[in-house]
Order: sequence, then C-alpha cells, then structure tokens
Amino acid sequence: MSKTVLLQGNEAAVEGAIAAGMRFFAGYPITPSTEIAERSAIRLPEEGGKFIQMEDELASIAAVLGASAAGMKAMTATSGPGFSLMQENIGYGAMAEIPCVIVDVQRVGPSTGLATSPSQGDYMQAKWGTHGDHPVIALSPSSVLETYTLMVRAFNLSEKYRTPVIFLMDEIVGHLREDVSLPDPNSLIINRRKLSFHDGANKQCYYVPEGEYVPAMKPFGQGERYNITGLAHDESGFPINDHDKAGKLINRLIDKVEHNADHIVRVEQYEMDDAETAIVCFGGTARSVMSAVQAARAAGHKVGMFRPITVWPFPDKPLRARLPQLRNILMVEHNHGQMLLEMQRVAGRDVPVHFLGRVDGTVISPDDVLAKLEEMEG
Amino acid sequence: MPSELIHRYMRIDHLPQIWCPGCGNGTIMRDVAAAIQELIDDPEKDINRDNIVIVSGIGCSSRAAGYLDFNSIHTTHGRAIAFATGIKFANPKLNVIVLTGDGDCSAIGGNHLIHAARRNMGLTVIAFNNNIYGMTGGQYSPTTPDGDVATTAPFGNVDRPFDIANLASGAGASFSARGDVYHVRETIDIIKEAIQHKGFSLVDVYSVCPTYYGRKNHKGSAVDMLRWQKENLIPTARYYSMPEEERAGKKLIGILSYNDYPEYTEEYAKLVKAYRKKK
Amino acid sequence: MIGRKQLIIEDAWCKGCGICVAFCPKQALELRDGKVHLKDDGQCITCGLCEMRCPDYAIYLVNMEE
Repeated sequence: MSKTVLLQGNEAAVEGAIAAGMRFFAGYPITPSTEIAERSAIRLPEEGGKFIQMEDELASIAAVLGASAAGMKAMTATSGPGFSLMQENIGYGAMAEIPCVIVDVQRVGPSTGLATSPSQGDYMQAKWGTHGDHPVIALSPSSVLETYTLMVRAFNLSEKYRTPVIFLMDEIVGHLREDVSLPDPNSLIINRRKLSFHDGANKQCYYVPEGEYVPAMKPFGQGERYNITGLAHDESGFPINDHDKAGKLINRLIDKVEHNADHIVRVEQYEMDDAETAIVCFGGTARSVMSAVQAARAAGHKVGMFRPITVWPFPDKPLRARLPQLRNILMVEHNHGQMLLEMQRVAGRDVPVHFLGRVDGTVISPDDVLAKLEEMEG
Repeated sequence: MPSELIHRYMRIDHLPQIWCPGCGNGTIMRDVAAAIQELIDDPEKDINRDNIVIVSGIGCSSRAAGYLDFNSIHTTHGRAIAFATGIKFANPKLNVIVLTGDGDCSAIGGNHLIHAARRNMGLTVIAFNNNIYGMTGGQYSPTTPDGDVATTAPFGNVDRPFDIANLASGAGASFSARGDVYHVRETIDIIKEAIQHKGFSLVDVYSVCPTYYGRKNHKGSAVDMLRWQKENLIPTARYYSMPEEERAGKKLIGILSYNDYPEYTEEYAKLVKAYRKKK
Repeated sequence: MIGRKQLIIEDAWCKGCGICVAFCPKQALELRDGKVHLKDDGQCITCGLCEMRCPDYAIYLVNMEE
C-alpha cells in the first residue's frame, strides 16, 4: 500500500504524468497552472527527464510536439491566455498525429480576466479553439486523486490515438489540497504509441490498415527518413492538393476519436439509479453538486449527479440512456452555458434542461444548487 | 537521372522544386545538401545521416524540408526553431538543422530565434533571406530595405530592416555567419562550420527573389541580382584586406561571431546527473 | 584531364533562368527556347560552376568511366 500524502491538484498532475511516463515538459509561467511547471522542474531531473521554460506558450507547445516526434512522452501546462496562444499548434498535433498532453487550468476570462479565480470557460475552446475540423479528446478531473489517475489515462489515450489530449482542469481542483493515497505505479496500465520499424510491407509512414484508424508511428531520427507536415498529406507524409485524399485524411482523423467514443468516454454517475432529476457537471463543480445531491436525497428528492469525466467527445450515449427516467436536467457549470449546449443537443425536446452558471470567479456552493433545484420544483 | 549529390540527398520523386525560375532557394538547398555530403563523406567527421533532422517553418524557404531526404518536419509559421528545440533537447545526439526564411525566423518567429541563441541550444539555423514574403505574393518582410517597394509597401517601405546575422549575434549566438547564393563554395564551407559547431549556429544566407522582390524594385533578372551579390558581398579574406573606405556599402560573407559557450543540452545533462534519484 | 568529366543537362528540370549561362567563365552555354544548351564549339572546361549555381539541379557534371 502506498502512503497517504497531502498533495495539490497541480502537483498531482505532475506525479500522474510522471507515472504515465512523461519525461519532457516545456512551459511558460501562468496563474493558476504555474505549480505544474515548478514541480516538473524539480521532479523531471530526478527521473532523468527534461524540463525547459520556453519564451512563450507558442514555443512551449511547439517544443512539446518536437520532443514527442523525437520519441518522448511530453506535456505542457497553461491557463486561458496561454491556452489561446497554443491553439494553432494543437491543430498541428492533430493533423500530424503527434501525441502530447496539454493541461489547461482554467481561470476567468476573457482576456486576462480574473487570473486567480476559477472558471470553466474554456470548455468550448478545448473543442473548437484551433481552426478547422479536427479530433479532440478532453478529460476533466474533479479531485486530487482523480487528477493523478486521469492524467495517466490522458497519456494513454494520447499515445493510443496519436492525438493531443486536453487535460481540462480548473482553479478549484488545481489549487485544491487533499490527502491522497496514490496507487502503486506498478499497478497502472501504461500505453505506448504503436511503433513500426522499417516496415517492409508498407514503407508509408501514415499507412493505416483497412478497418483501422491510427497509423503506427515510425520512430523519428532513427533512419526512417520520413516527412511530417501540417499540410494535408497522403499516407506517404508528403503534401497533397488532391481533394479526395485530403477529405479522406481529415475524416479519418475525426473518425478515430468519434468511432472509438465508447472506449474514450468515461462518466461518473452518482445516485442516478432512480434519479428523476440529473444534475450534470464536470471538474471542480462536481464537489458542490455532490454535496447538494446528498442534501437533496436526505430531504427525500430523487436527485443524482451525472458527471462527464471525458468532456470531449461529449458522452452522448450514457446520457441518452438516462433520458427515459428523467423529468429534469440541471446543468451546473462555471461559465455562461457551454456544456449546456451539448446537453440541450442530447436532451432534445424529451427532457427540459435548466441551467445554473457563474462567470464572476466565485464558486457555486451546494446551497446555490439546492436553491436552483427548489426554484425548478416551484 | 540527376547528379550524384541530388540523387543521394534529395527526394527526387518530388523534384523539380516549386520555386520560381532564378529563385536562390534552390541553390541554398543544394548548399545544405553539399555541406552535409562533404561532412558525411569525411571519415574524420562524426556526422551520421540518420542523425540529421531537417526542421522548417512556413514560407517559400520551408518547402525545402520536403525535398531533402533526411528525417524532416515541416512545422507551423514561425515555430520551426521552437519545434527544433524540443527535438534537440529530447534527443541531443541528433544534428538538428532548421531551414527558415526571413519572415519565418525574424518576424513571426523572431522571439524563438533570439531565445534559442541566448540558450545556446545546439541547433543550426539556415535563414533563406530573400527580403520579401514570396509565398503570399510579395509583402515586405523585416529584411526588406527601407524605401523598397512591396505589395504592402506600395509607396516605399518605412520600416528599418533587420540584419539577421547581427540580430543573432546580439542575442548571444555562439556562431553567427552570412552567406549568399553567388559565393557557393564559401557558403557551403560556412554551413559545414555551422553544422559542426556544438552550440547554436545561424547562417543568414542572402537569397534572391527575382519574381516578387527583384521585379518590383527594378533589380533586374536573377542574373543581375547575383551580379549585385558578387560585387557587394565580400568573402572574409578579401573583405579584411580591403581599405576601410572600399568596404562602405559592402557586407561580409563569412563568420561574424564565434564563441564556445557551453551548449544547453550538455549543461542540462550535467544537472540531471547531479540530481537524478538513485533507484 | 578534359574528357574525364561530362556535362549533363536535365532538360525537364531547366526553368531557363540563365544563371549558368551568365556565369560560365567560357561562355560555353546558351539559352534556346527557354532551356539551356551547350554551344557546339567545345569551349566547356567542365569547371562545374554551372552545377554549383543552378537552383534547379538541371545541369551537372558526371565522371566518365576510365
């Protein structure tokens, strides 16, 4: 058994990443994510890894992609303004299929906003921040322990699907300190990208066998001499202007995530078995919602919590399965109604969707949730 | 069947290249291939083809990565040096060569250039400097001389230009040099020195863009532009033997600054050695 | 040593920029119909300057068999 330690969410992100095999971190200081860079600067040399503080967030994500192409598991961490700066190269990572993890510890925006206050206003940016249609996997933890275990999963998904994974934290969880007993690192399942060496049958570096979605990655810098580009390319890795091939590529990139949604999607369902009202929330918001559910249950109300852990792709299927039993859905999030749009899409006209949101940097309390439930009943 | 050099080190299925007639970029790309070939063929030099990584950004220059038959990565506009930093730091045994343009490395990517120089990250940066944004059709760049015309400077450029080699020196580059497309032999030798240099090295190679820069500014044909280079860009030995007054308006082709500061990845390796946890 | 090297022109790759013609020290080259050609008067000394400056790799020397 591992011993119990007092750990901050941001620190747990680093420890989880190291457990997952992350040995390269490039970043730029920004509140409220800076502790991730600081701890990486200490921990990576201890593990034989590498830390570098770059000149800005544009450089940070670029260095991370370069390091990953060169064979390392790599990560960066930032917050809203820096996340905005990284968007172009997140698209590059999706297009060139370079695995990496980008941590965004959300704070209040837009612009410099409220630098030290929590928000979940980057939910849609995590999906649509970079231009063009592209795949996105985004995960959002709601506790310190989950930050650790989910970070391992973030790297596993990134390696398996060869795509950047957004680790969507918020200031609530990032700066939360909890007693946690971390799992034995040897008990963790760690994925690595599938590699193909000097593949005689098919030398194409982006060759995808029939019925599969993800090309095996040829090691870069070991003699394969292939080309990586952010331009539309064919299986050879060289730029093309052929619209059929470009369409095939971009559709495959999207399909590799959409068609594997059952594997990628994880949700937490708390007291949902007989729930007639589902409170939907993600990340740090779940902490208030869970207390509210307990209080509502104690008062005899059939309320449950439905929490997407995988926030992109949105968990359509498990949510749809709950719709027949629900009279009401309450979406609670620290923004002006972003996941709400996904909720409304899935709920359609079957179940009314209510909303409790906040953009002022204060935390939605259990009482706020209970008051909203009462208003809905009334 | 092209020449042996081209056959060995370029992806001939992708040639002829896309550049305009007379564009200097093809010559610079050949200089890079020739420098690498001479280093690989020299048994006294420890340069291995599989350890060479070509990194480029976006723009005319940056198409070079796709033509050179090495590990190659064509990245985003301005970010080639930042990608290269990640590659080099992740695997310091690689010879990472960045092929970039004047806009790519001194406008949108200027910050990465000065910081890689300051860190003394062991990269070799070859700037294909044609004084214009060619890929987008002739807008002024940070190296367009003041007064010159571009599509976005129709009445003459008010900006003052960068000297990229001096910019890198000023940022602390341990190796900074200038080449051109007329003095081929000298430029190949400079690139060879740059590749062998352990720390950060930059070679600002003056290209020619007859299509967008030359035509708009009445510089004549590619041949005329090369003649200008012949007369105004002077290799080291001759430059320093010229009387001071003759040097006015002329520029040196050769190494401008050199230093043996400790290289970044080697310094970091020492730190890891000192602080690595014993398992 | 003349005769040990031969000048080759890769017609399809020549874009007719004229750089090799202008800087040939023996004026042994000319442009015809937008492509470079070796003049017929045997002035080429196989110095290789054309190859070094050709941006399109369309003109080069090969070593002949002994």
